[in-house]
Amino acid sequence: MDFFIQLLVNGISIGFLYGLSAMGFVMIFKSSSVLNFAHGELLAFGASLFLALITWAQLPLPAAFLATLAGCFALGFLIERVFLRPLIGEPLIFVIMLTVGLAAMFKGLLLLVWGGNLHTFPDFLPEAMGIDWGIVHVAPVYVAALVIGLIFLSLFGLFFKYSSQGIYMRSVADNQRAALSLGVHVKRVFALSWAIAALVAGMSGIVLGIINGVNVHDLSAIGLKVFPVVILGGLDSIGGAIIGGLIIGLLETFTGGYISPGLRDVVPYLVLVVILLVKPYGLFGLKEIERV
Amino acid sequence: MKIKNWQFHPCGNFRERYAQELRIFETDFGRLWLGIGILALFGIVPWIFSPYMIYIFNTIGIAAIAVIGLNILIGFTGQISLGHGAFFGVGAYAAAILATTLNCPFYLSIPAAAVITAMVGMVFGTPSVRLKGLYLTIATLAGQFIIEYILLRWESLTKGTMGMILPKPAILGWELTGDRAFFFMIFACLIMMTWFAVNLIRTKFGRAFIAIRDNDRAAEGMGIPIFRYKLLAFGISSFYAGFAGALYAYYSVSITTEPFTLSLSVEYIAMVIIGGMGNITGSIFGAIFITGLNEILRWLTELLMNMGVVGSSGLNMAPLREFTFGLAIVLFIIFEPRGLAEVWRIVRSSFRLWPFSY
Repeated sequence: MDFFIQLLVNGISIGFLYGLSAMGFVMIFKSSSVLNFAHGELLAFGASLFLALITWAQLPLPAAFLATLAGCFALGFLIERVFLRPLIGEPLIFVIMLTVGLAAMFKGLLLLVWGGNLHTFPDFLPEAMGIDWGIVHVAPVYVAALVIGLIFLSLFGLFFKYSSQGIYMRSVADNQRAALSLGVHVKRVFALSWAIAALVAGMSGIVLGIINGVNVHDLSAIGLKVFPVVILGGLDSIGGAIIGGLIIGLLETFTGGYISPGLRDVVPYLVLVVILLVKPYGLFGLKEIERV
Repeated sequence: MKIKNWQFHPCGNFRERYAQELRIFETDFGRLWLGIGILALFGIVPWIFSPYMIYIFNTIGIAAIAVIGLNILIGFTGQISLGHGAFFGVGAYAAAILATTLNCPFYLSIPAAAVITAMVGMVFGTPSVRLKGLYLTIATLAGQFIIEYILLRWESLTKGTMGMILPKPAILGWELTGDRAFFFMIFACLIMMTWFAVNLIRTKFGRAFIAIRDNDRAAEGMGIPIFRYKLLAFGISSFYAGFAGALYAYYSVSITTEPFTLSLSVEYIAMVIIGGMGNITGSIFGAIFITGLNEILRWLTELLMNMGVVGSSGLNMAPLREFTFGLAIVLFIIFEPRGLAEVWRIVRSSFRLWPFSY
């Protein structure tokens, strides 16, 4: 029973992190219906930048954290400005291929700088943040992840529902040309959505880096694990990303604990195929109905 | 034949029938040059180049077959597959298993492996049957990881991490060994597969693929059962990948699961984009470009190491390769989205009327 409960807690914590990482992905999809294959590299970029700032530059933690977020925001902005702006109005397939290219490029660059080894952050979260209820033990970092995740979840919910920028983003995702002709500043929408997505990704990268250490290969693999999560939750639902993350996290830890550790990394993709066959728009996704 | 009867390029568009639009060769000179090219390919190239160069040509040939298949999917049907690296692996393993356990001769096991790969591919293609948009991409991403896992873990069949060793391909008691023999086999296959692909695009199937790419709603409105055609395109595409994989397995004699990763899939996508989406000959250019780039990078890193600019362990080849492929994809999409095939077309048409241009 202890084992079960520990797995449950682990699963929920890992799942929440998946959900957090998936949020930035959903953000981009929601605003431009682009599947961002470079998401894992954005995570890795955030984590590496944070690592560089606290180990090389010796910045104090809050400053390093804020500087990383600013750096990621700038990177997202830059990606949009340099790579995606020339593609406005082009078929979507080009944009998606571009993110595949960007992913390879960033991964190569990060590997050239950092190498494939594991780097760890110094331990800085206070032990008091952890939760210890008898058999259940939650590490402080998971609590931090939970808090950050909830804050961003509510912020995004409000943003997309009420702010004018959020509504512009939804309109661009729905139909780029119609939004353009109605006077929506599509370029600004793209820039903002990429910048915010990169910021969220960078933050998830930091949290993941605290837990597992910074390894470019691992972090970019998590960027791909976002796909089962978002398909399960529904591609354009931010709440769905969190729920999907939790389910995938639980499934992973339980298969790892009870069946076989080797199967652990494949289970999300098996689920993905099944979901695509059975309930393709996910749990909370928007169903597109077209009749010809 | 009198030179008067030869067709030259007209100075304008005088086409009257649809069949003229569909012609592969604009003039008889195209056919002539192709014939000369093929003769040179088989008659001269294998005899004047070193075995290492022939090895590179063979690598290009194998990649080109897989990329032509992927181009039918990406360039003509408008669906992206991120699982072609794994499908290539399925072809390689299918050929290896057929050759070792069933003692199939290579001329049976290679097509059989391709058919098996097509069926495996269609399993992962079925989710896209229900959905529009880019769900196939995500399904194939899942396929990539699931297949990698199966190849590694189904040890009774694939021998896991040990890898498999294939017998030498033999026909009528004559064994194919060495790079040169494989050169003939690989390029004969490449020509056959190119011929098939070029002509496939001219049939009703090809037109249906293009219609789905251009506007799936309009295609459906015109009575094209789009899901069936998408699945068919995916099947054909995986057939090509499996065929290339089987050739690769025979050529490299022993195979492990190592090369068939996601980065191989990305490499093929890079070849398709760089060569030119929706252009069969472009796929061959893409394969040449990326394989050439690979060789240049290898040569460059070796040069830098010998010169002592970087230590022998200081520069790792793999990240540099990944970075360069990514950069090449990005640059081509931004500056020449129609790829090398378009560059070639521009160069050719500017020389066509030389020295009397318009």
